[in-house]
Amino acid sequence: MKREELQQYLSDKFGTLVFPEIAAEILNSEVKKEELITFCNFLKADEHLHFDFLASLTALDWPEDMEVIYHLRSSEYGHELVLRVKTGERQDPKVDTVCRIWPTAEFHEREVFDLFGIRFNDHPDLRRIFLEDDWVGFPMRKDYEDEINMVEL
Amino acid sequence: MSEVLEQQFKSQEYFINMGPQHPSTHGVLRLMLTLDGEIIKKVEPHLGYIHRSIEKMCEKDSYQQIVHLTDRMDYLSCHINNEAVCMVVEKGLEIEIPDRVKYIRTIIDELTRLSSHQLWWGVMGMDLGAITTFLYGFRDREIITDIFEEMCGARLTMNYNIPGGLMFDIPPTFQKRVKDFIVHFKKKLPEYDELLSENIIFKNRTKGIGYLSKEDAIAYGVTGPSARASGFACDVRKQKPYAAYDKVNFNEALDTAGDCFARYKMRIQEMWESLSIIEQLIENIPEGDIQVKTKAVIKLPVGEFYERVETARGELGIYCVSDGKKNPYRFKFRSPGFSNLSALDKMSRGSKIADLVAIMSTLDLVIPDIDR
Repeated sequence: MKREELQQYLSDKFGTLVFPEIAAEILNSEVKKEELITFCNFLKADEHLHFDFLASLTALDWPEDMEVIYHLRSSEYGHELVLRVKTGERQDPKVDTVCRIWPTAEFHEREVFDLFGIRFNDHPDLRRIFLEDDWVGFPMRKDYEDEINMVEL
Repeated sequence: MSEVLEQQFKSQEYFINMGPQHPSTHGVLRLMLTLDGEIIKKVEPHLGYIHRSIEKMCEKDSYQQIVHLTDRMDYLSCHINNEAVCMVVEKGLEIEIPDRVKYIRTIIDELTRLSSHQLWWGVMGMDLGAITTFLYGFRDREIITDIFEEMCGARLTMNYNIPGGLMFDIPPTFQKRVKDFIVHFKKKLPEYDELLSENIIFKNRTKGIGYLSKEDAIAYGVTGPSARASGFACDVRKQKPYAAYDKVNFNEALDTAGDCFARYKMRIQEMWESLSIIEQLIENIPEGDIQVKTKAVIKLPVGEFYERVETARGELGIYCVSDGKKNPYRFKFRSPGFSNLSALDKMSRGSKIADLVAIMSTLDLVIPDIDR
């Protein structure tokens, strides 16, 4: 599906979906935190969408919010979608895990937890993946400061 | 009676460490294995020994500096990594790069892929106990690194790409040397087949080992030759051609067997395809500029960019969020090795511990690419 068709199809099927105005080549869609799993299941199962390939899962640290970004693609049709979920807080952000829909997310979510400190509810093995277990803080957050290892440019 | 036997011979699961210092992990990767006798029950990769947080460094660097960080990730596909960053900047600034640059980039991409696969082939043989392949692979790889050295002064981390084009023009002897290499390597590649592909010991150790179905390959985000061996057509060069890939004819190597031998065959086939791509381009490099002048301080417009390229290991995606300043707000690398590794547990469950070496070899892991 082309970008416009995809947007039309998604908004027909899923009324609460928002399409934020972002200058990007791939269509961006934003879903509410509570509806994430329902929507992801729908994206994968729908015969016209069939988003079965999770290319990347990452997070963005905004001044007052944390956002999880999913880059999805359909191996069958080739169309792409960026899915965004706002966690709504920076203190202890939480999102449901999608690793039962796309198993590769198990690793990616561990990375996001390690570097951003976003907790994924119901994740089978949520531990730090790169840093040591006793590391304090989440380095990819914008306000992270480490007197010893930080290189200021 | 049988109950008594079962009780007496009841096996117990135990735990063993593989790495971080192990020759077949090709770097510092630690695998925590749960075994039942020789059978693998679970593989748990333990990462982070070379984690440098390149993504955090990118947030402080200018776009020109980021290019230089990327060849420290997947050092065997350094030129292709550089190109991905350049593509992000060129997309953001809406620069149309000259045809000459596109052609040269494509040729070097394929030479990089060849040298990466040559190294992989040599090391894979060595992992399975054949030292000769290592020497053969490195002998032929040497010619390519020599070409790179003459071209830009570096043999491994090249930094030949800059946003908007190339750092220097190719040397006058470049075309002749590449053509000589093609003639040489076309004679040598059948030897690779004789040594390993037709070797009965090698076949026994790879056929039917480490099976990955197409569905699993997609679900675990596996890309590159490892996924194509399972029948998942995911070649970025075909799906979304960049550089001069829309001007050449080549086949996407595909198989459905999904085992170690299929993954091995994919890379051998890719070497033939790479040779064919270079042959099509090397004679017709158009004249013209080698770079588009960019400003000394590059500022991308506000927005988000996702560019992907096909490295020797799979799809490298770059997700860049720009807020209009001279350094990006977020620069995320979707590295192929990280996603490929997530399927290792799935692939190796139920096989013998010695087969794990073959499975890891055919996944072609480069640890700095996983850790970033």
